Amino acid sequence: MARTVGFFTDVSLCIGCKACEVACKEWNQLPDNPVQFRDSYDNTGQLDHRNFRHVRFLESATSNPDKPVAWTMMSDVCKHCANASCLEVCPTNAIIRTEFDTVFIQQDVCNGCRNCISACPYSVIGFDSQSGTAKKCTFCYDRLQNNMTPACAQACPTQSIKFGDLAEMRQVAADRVTALHSQGQTQARIYGDKEYGGLHAFFLLNDKPEAYGLPSTESAVLPSRNNAAGYLGVLVTAVVAAIGGLIAFRRRGEAGPERPPHATDEPGSRTVP
Amino acid sequence: MPGEHFTVAPHWEWWILGYFFLAGIAGGSYALGTMLRLVGDRRDQPAARVAFLIAFPVLVVCPILLTVDLGQPFRFWHMLIDSSSGVPVFKYWSPMSLGAWALTVFGIFAFVSFVEALVLDGRIRHPLGNRLARALSGIFGRLFLVVGTLLGLFVAGYTGVLLSVSNQPVWSDTWTLCGLFFVSGLSAATAVIGIWVWRRRDARVTTEKLSEADRYFVIMELVLLALFFITLGSVVSKILSGGWLLLWLLVLAGALVPLAVHFRPAWARQVPPLVPAVFALVGVLALRAVIIFSAQS
Repeated sequence: MARTVGFFTDVSLCIGCKACEVACKEWNQLPDNPVQFRDSYDNTGQLDHRNFRHVRFLESATSNPDKPVAWTMMSDVCKHCANASCLEVCPTNAIIRTEFDTVFIQQDVCNGCRNCISACPYSVIGFDSQSGTAKKCTFCYDRLQNNMTPACAQACPTQSIKFGDLAEMRQVAADRVTALHSQGQTQARIYGDKEYGGLHAFFLLNDKPEAYGLPSTESAVLPSRNNAAGYLGVLVTAVVAAIGGLIAFRRRGEAGPERPPHATDEPGSRTVP
Repeated sequence: MPGEHFTVAPHWEWWILGYFFLAGIAGGSYALGTMLRLVGDRRDQPAARVAFLIAFPVLVVCPILLTVDLGQPFRFWHMLIDSSSGVPVFKYWSPMSLGAWALTVFGIFAFVSFVEALVLDGRIRHPLGNRLARALSGIFGRLFLVVGTLLGLFVAGYTGVLLSVSNQPVWSDTWTLCGLFFVSGLSAATAVIGIWVWRRRDARVTTEKLSEADRYFVIMELVLLALFFITLGSVVSKILSGGWLLLWLLVLAGALVPLAVHFRPAWARQVPPLVPAVFALVGVLALRAVIIFSAQS
């Protein structure tokens, strides 16, 4: 029985163990990451076609001389937006909404135009040059169809990633924020209630979204916002350019032909030497 | 207002640059050909035919470039047909979907006008060609040209909308990109037609009119360029850093050199007509290059 599912990722519980990354890679048979030396424990770098889960290590300076650096960890993933930018712009209908209300890229339909990558505000989608298609988190669609928990949530040892019915997850998140506020952690907030019509993978953050590389609620707008202004710009420019063209090309001498030359006589004959 | 961006680049690069450049020339040529045909005098008709002779061959290259750029080129038809259901895919809110259809339909118009121009030029002598030219000689022909022009203008301008309808920095931060691509496409088309017209004795009489039209297009382009920079706000630093400045200089030279030649008849007599046209084409190509590449850097 299909249902609307959701991920609730609580960054206050994440310890950066990367079990979610490993489980995701294993289940989805994702390729290795190329060896890179980074000045961080974050050796994944970003979400892309190789990494459907990515544990961000966010380092910030503190005023405590004994602990000059504070770390925040966050297991990032495709947000499976209710109003998804990728799904909106996809010209081939390769990106669909599943019976679980998740966003899924059909690999046999995608032709690798990369319009979804251009549109995704969360830099979730990667282009796989091997398959020639765009790839991202599937929400473990195959596991959902078999009543299984997605691999990342199954593997998470701290329950930082919770999985369940979306409404239930939202309630769990609201209760958690209330609890944290009562403990004095007033910075705790939910990200994903309002953005893009509500995210199906939403987060409890301890700071403003921008600190986690997420656009603010005000900036979380669909690409189609620019459709009207864009076409209006073309229309206005076209009208002005047409007026310019008509002025430049207007008849100045002999009246123009009622019909193009030769059309009434012998179209094949050339009158202009 | 420009917003914050946490996106990755789609890696639209050289093939797309080529497509954006040629789409502007193809659509612009068709529109200019129609204007010359409908409002020009008898002496402008060879130039109108030149415009139609340019539009179709240039347009033919466009889908090839787009197809080569795909990760799965043999699935190019998925742009038009839903591979699951077999029914056409048409998403009016997706500029890429609209553009795929516009290219296809405009291709029909451009081809018919191309054949008609060949017939009227005497390069095709076939009864079918003669019949086509007769069919397009009356009010139907005018209507055909107007519809084709609307499609051509769309093809020339929608590429800006395609970039804007994203969440990429620069592209999605300004509403001017669409008009800018559109009018620079017209300017490039004028340059290409101008070069060909200069080589054809019977069409050379239209050179002056093309120069005047280009003057208007370049002025519009400069105005839109100014608006482009103003509307970008703080994001402007992304497109003005490092080597991009060199491309911007080419963009400016591409607009200002033809304009200077237009406004100085003495220079126009000294400078071969090919020079301002080449400057214009290089400038238009540089404009697209700097917008495509700098935003993704």
